[in-house]
Amino acid sequence: MTLDAKIPAGPLDKKWTNYKNNAKIISPANKRKFKILVVGSGLAGASAAATLGEQGFQIECFCYQDSPRRAHSIAAQGGINAAKNYQNDGDSIYRLFYDTIKGGDFRAREANVYRLAEVSASIIDQCVAQGVPFAREYGGLLANRSFGGAQVSRTFYARGQTGQQLLLGAYQQLSSQIAAGNVKMYPRTEMLDLVLVDGHAKGIVVRDMITGEIRSHAGDAVLLCTGGYGNVFYLSTNAAGCNVTATYRAYKRGALFANPCYTQIHPTCIPVSGDYQSKLTLMSESLRNDGRVWVPKRREDCGKPPHEIPEEDRDYYLERKYPSYGNLAPRDISSRSAKEVCDDGRGVGPGGLGVYLDFSDAIKRLGKRVVEERYGNLFEMYQNITGENAYERPMRIYPAVHYTMGGLWVDYNLMSNIPGLHVLGEANFSDHGANRLGASALMQGLADGYFVIPYTIGSYLTEQFGKKKPDVSSAPFQEAEKAVKERIQRLLDVKGSRSVNSFHRELGKLLWDKCGMARDRAGLEEALARIPELRAEFWKNVSVLGQGETLNQSLERAGRVADFLEFGELLCRDALHRNESCGGHFRTEYQTEDGEALRDDENFAYVGAWKYEGDNAEPTLIKEPLVYETVKLATRSYK
Amino acid sequence: MNFTLRVWRQNGPTDPGKFEEYPATDIPADASFLEMLDIVNEGLIQKGIEPITFDHDCREGICGMCSLTINGVPHGPDRGTTCQVYMRKFKDRDVITIEPFRAAPFPILRDLAVNRSAFDRIIQAGGFISERTGAAPDANSVPIPKPVADAAMDAAACIGCGACAAACPNSSAMLFVSAKVGHLGLLPQGKPEKNRRVLRMVRAMDNEGFGNCSNYYACEAVCPAGISASFIARMNREYNFASALETVGAPL
Ligand SMILES: Cc1cc2nc3c(=O)[nH]c(=O)nc-3n(C[C@H](O)[C@H](O)[C@H](O)COP(=O)(O)OP(=O)(O)OC[C@H]3O[C@@H](n4cnc5c(N)ncnc54)[C@H](O)[C@@H]3O)c2cc1C
Ligand code: FES
Repeated sequence: MTLDAKIPAGPLDKKWTNYKNNAKIISPANKRKFKILVVGSGLAGASAAATLGEQGFQIECFCYQDSPRRAHSIAAQGGINAAKNYQNDGDSIYRLFYDTIKGGDFRAREANVYRLAEVSASIIDQCVAQGVPFAREYGGLLANRSFGGAQVSRTFYARGQTGQQLLLGAYQQLSSQIAAGNVKMYPRTEMLDLVLVDGHAKGIVVRDMITGEIRSHAGDAVLLCTGGYGNVFYLSTNAAGCNVTATYRAYKRGALFANPCYTQIHPTCIPVSGDYQSKLTLMSESLRNDGRVWVPKRREDCGKPPHEIPEEDRDYYLERKYPSYGNLAPRDISSRSAKEVCDDGRGVGPGGLGVYLDFSDAIKRLGKRVVEERYGNLFEMYQNITGENAYERPMRIYPAVHYTMGGLWVDYNLMSNIPGLHVLGEANFSDHGANRLGASALMQGLADGYFVIPYTIGSYLTEQFGKKKPDVSSAPFQEAEKAVKERIQRLLDVKGSRSVNSFHRELGKLLWDKCGMARDRAGLEEALARIPELRAEFWKNVSVLGQGETLNQSLERAGRVADFLEFGELLCRDALHRNESCGGHFRTEYQTEDGEALRDDENFAYVGAWKYEGDNAEPTLIKEPLVYETVKLATRSYK
Repeated sequence: MNFTLRVWRQNGPTDPGKFEEYPATDIPADASFLEMLDIVNEGLIQKGIEPITFDHDCREGICGMCSLTINGVPHGPDRGTTCQVYMRKFKDRDVITIEPFRAAPFPILRDLAVNRSAFDRIIQAGGFISERTGAAPDANSVPIPKPVADAAMDAAACIGCGACAAACPNSSAMLFVSAKVGHLGLLPQGKPEKNRRVLRMVRAMDNEGFGNCSNYYACEAVCPAGISASFIARMNREYNFASALETVGAPL
């Protein structure tokens, strides 16, 4: 099997324009004849469903929350990038493109990233027109802030609630389309399988989470916009319900899973405080604009209150190691540096797993009022969770799992290798390579939904004219429904004694230890041996009480954890095969003398896409070589 | 810490439901309220009792999914969401009563989970700016004074949790509706549809069975997003203006 990314011909900066000029258009009368199933209502799903609905397609949209407005995108705090150059500080489409490619450690596809940078400006226009109340300057123009991995100020924001405001914008547009009858919304509905008809994605099997009913929906194309799989680590900054189920089920139906080992650990989260903990809370990266990161120079000082440690005894390690980016070094590098100083015994707080993020200089320079205006809600959140006041005492932060760059493989059209199956937002692998820059996920989700898929879906649909419409009573649907029902029954029938959560926690801890911020062969092999044992125990000893035909949260969770228990193995396998370090994938065997990631472009400049071969067989690796026509592969330096 | 929980258990929408008592033992003071419930649920599972159903997702105060009434107050002590309540706020050995959000338009699905789709339908009635993807002018073409943008953001911060309606003796959803009317109505982009929007949203709210506002301001007191009740007054003015236009047959 070879992968064709279907990248349009022509120079990089003309590809998208050429593509659009030559794209096949579907007439309004014909659009009405196509039904598109959109799974997910986050930034990617809501923007796609709303826009395709406006264009005249019949849309059905699904989410597991009680309302599309609650998708996990709502939690994004810091901001969204766009190459507007409103600050006149030298930004451009090319610069945003280059920063993203470099930030991704040269493991992303040039053409996709360039298109992302190209449409970024329209996203801001679109959102302002919807009424997104972005931060403004006194003159009434839009304000910007800086984010990690960039030397220009291109991040738009709405206080510390940018994701919320962008999602509400998309949700409102979606609502207008629901009212207009173009979109039918199914909340509290979980997709449990993908249905293929003659090799094409033509439907899904869902569970109504209120009644427990299992049913199928058929359509002419399926869009998965189901977010990332960070919760495979149990503790992460993701919402409790985030899962890999939709994409993993598609993988088991033949969709390729690309680069699962590219996971992002965010440097600024509130440290773990106990094993009852159910999630880790992110403190927005924007804090690094004004906060300075440090630990004591000497181990003996770690127990002292921070204000008793004089300036000369502090190690501002990011400023020391990366003088030109300082506290704004990209996430993977900042996280790893925090781990290094903690491994060196210089971490602060419980268990020595924390570093200081100090605002005292900023408060001196700007005054408390300005700091409060910029970050007030984050300081409040911090105080609420930890009981500490960050205006008076530096915050303690530690890295936590945050985002997953890996996802289902897609081509330039955002279509997977299964015809008809499109994947948008965090669920696909496409734009961030081995590491994502801050404020670029919101950009990608909205780019995919508002500005890319509305053009590219035509390339598939125009070939579907006159094809027989899928029918939920046909054999492929009936078989998939039956399999879903049987699996649910199997979960209920185990009647063991261990809770779903305890399995999830154990899997998460294993992955964090062996496949987290630093990985090595021995550890990965251990994890690969342990995960199947844990999975076997799960299917022998899990306790899922209650029935399938009611609202049953244990059952919902059990299904998701069962998928994580399989997917975790794929993640480790990918990490083991990639004998190099790049971005968020750091193999301790492959590092430079000063501890930086050591890439191996000769052997690993490819997308690693995995093909499912059966439950008891090893998946096959299929490679898409990354061809750089414009950018020169370089060692990533932020010094 | 140790607590006694009185928890509302209801097997389904038609079950009458009742309180059950469960001990919550060895709870760390730093645990959140929902983590406390996780611990209690683990214990119930061990005993073969079905765990307590409650809604939650982000667990950081922004998605609006969590929705418990704690000791009679939606979202409990403090002004944040349920998920942002920490056990250090309670005294050791406290008896804590936990119920779902109670409001007729939010039917109970099971235990502590309710159906809040009524809010979605109110937004569908007009809580948006009709704008087609791709049709927008440059974002900086219409400057918006910072105080106006800030005021719009104050209203837009609503997380749609429904605590306002659950706290109100009349189950009024005025704070929720007025927040959206205020957010969009303040911005130049939202002005063209201002009159239609307020009429439609208020009527949708009435159709869903939410009550009227009689100025208790219990809504404002529990709102985790700090939405000010002054938006209700603002909406009433907009509504009166729009209905006057409608009455005389003026274009809306
Ligand atoms: C705390 C936090 C802060 C962040 N801050 C920023 C930031 O400042 N800037 C930035 O650019 N990025 C940020 N990110 C990342 C960004 O928020 C996400 O990557 C992005 O919002 C993902 O959007 P999405 O539409 O792909 O998926 P999501 O928003 O996760 O939506 C997934 C949707 O799929 C549905 N779904 C999932 N599984 C199923 C299923 N099996 N069946 C049915 N429906 C399903 C869900 O209901 C939901 O509607 C942050 C992330 C976190 C966790
Ligand atoms: S769980 Fe999201 S606000 Fe509480």
